[in-house]
Amino acid sequence: MVEVVKGALSLGLLWAIMTIGVYITYRILSIADLTVEGSITLGAAIAAHAISSGMNPYLGTLIALFGGMAAGLCTGLLHTKLKIPALLSGILTMIALYSINLRVMGKANISLLRMENVYTVFENMGLEPTWATITLGAMSVLVIVCLLYWFFGTELGCAIRATGNNPYMVRAQGINTNTMIIIGLIISNGLVSLGGALIAQNQNFSDIGMGTGSIVIGLASVIIGEVLFGKRNFFMRLLSLVFGAITYRIIIAFVLKLGMHSNDLKLFTAITVAIALALPMIKDFVNPPKISIGEGEQDA
Amino acid sequence: MLRIDGVYKVFNPGTVNQKTALRNVSLTMKEGDFITLIGGNGAGKSTLLNCIAGVYGVDKGSINIAEVDVTKLTEYKRAAFLGRVFQDPMMGTASDMILEENLALALRRGKARGLRWGISNKEREVYRELLSHLGLGLEHRLNVKVKLLSGGQRQAITLLMATLNKPKVLLLDEHTAALDPKTASIVLDLTERLIHENGLTTLMVTHNMRDAIRYGNRLIMMHDGRIFLDIQGEEKKKLTVEELLARFGSASGQEFSYDRALLS
Repeated sequence: MVEVVKGALSLGLLWAIMTIGVYITYRILSIADLTVEGSITLGAAIAAHAISSGMNPYLGTLIALFGGMAAGLCTGLLHTKLKIPALLSGILTMIALYSINLRVMGKANISLLRMENVYTVFENMGLEPTWATITLGAMSVLVIVCLLYWFFGTELGCAIRATGNNPYMVRAQGINTNTMIIIGLIISNGLVSLGGALIAQNQNFSDIGMGTGSIVIGLASVIIGEVLFGKRNFFMRLLSLVFGAITYRIIIAFVLKLGMHSNDLKLFTAITVAIALALPMIKDFVNPPKISIGEGEQDA
Repeated sequence: MLRIDGVYKVFNPGTVNQKTALRNVSLTMKEGDFITLIGGNGAGKSTLLNCIAGVYGVDKGSINIAEVDVTKLTEYKRAAFLGRVFQDPMMGTASDMILEENLALALRRGKARGLRWGISNKEREVYRELLSHLGLGLEHRLNVKVKLLSGGQRQAITLLMATLNKPKVLLLDEHTAALDPKTASIVLDLTERLIHENGLTTLMVTHNMRDAIRYGNRLIMMHDGRIFLDIQGEEKKKLTVEELLARFGSASGQEFSYDRALLS
């Protein structure tokens, strides 16, 4: 039981980084960006290739971050310069990344067993593997949350937030909305790719199919976080994403423990997200908003 | 301050829906001019404003603002010169952001956005002061999301935002049309006060003939993509609705048939 929660916590912290990336496009820019399905694998692929060819794991992880940022830039350019709808731009980059990821890895999967990775330092300090992951995961998440809280409070960050909210107003205030969208996509995919690199090193392998459905997992975590942990101010919102990602992992761990076949996981996640997105409508249907009609307004 | 020379704008060229929205429009505004622009639906008023703002490029002619040729500049670059208020109260503000964030975005209009903090404490005092002059009690609501405010309040905020960083030209696109009559008149009075206090060069589109006559020092009427009437000075001060209708008839050779303008 404790082991299950501990495992979910470690995995949740790593997926939280990816979830924050999804939040930036989905909630701040109001774009459903499918690039993430490719950039999470890209991060894993870059890190795996770097580590298996003997590079320092921290350097490999950093390169993975830049790789994801480049993927975000591609989607941003397709969308803003070539005027391809955001959803389709993301799909195009995602598909292109499938080939690129195969090129990076040279094969469909790379095993990282018994190789030094970013967690090794903590394990050498005497921590067991799960605690090593939790330590590094929590540190990364904390740094990212603080950095983003600062960034989205700056002039540039405010302009990006406003772009997702009302692009007409933003242009009237002299801001290039295209640039803002591109910056947002770069940050988002950089984080997703970083998450992918950390996840690959945690599970000790990278696989070409590991990105499939990751956008849905990201969305599920965003929504769980918002529903359960509120959205009072921006700092709390960022933290709620972390708690959302962890909660998602705990839920998954429990349904697996209750006997659900792991092949059915994606179906389960998709249904959960569909229900969560439909919640406002379901609420209105079950409990219609009451409209009070005054005496004078009633039909005679 | 604003010089428009022989501007043409054609929508959907080469298709059955081709429409010439502006035909050889020329207009020069002096500094401090307050022009009211009136005309029926499809006369080209909003198109003209959008061409000045850079929402649409022009097909022929040129536009100069403060001696700068902006004809080829994008919308966000021209924003450095322009303050804009739209017809839709939802359009001028970012609804999910709080009031002070909206004002801070507007204060930096036309300036590069860096990694400095988005709002300084000094600014907050200025905002509170300026909002208190609006008389809508908004000075206590700096931390409220703009979507929780009424249409009239949002239009007043958009006006303040447009004038916060003094624009070369203020463009008002029927900014009171979506408001109820009482709120509309409050916002119009506020408009006049802000224009007067800041000495702003203003182009205001309106559907309402009385407002067009009452406000500003110059009145322009458009019809079918052309400027038909340009009345200013003493003549404008003495103008009445009946006279305006008669003059429009003799200038265009047809009756001014626009029910909303007649009824108002």
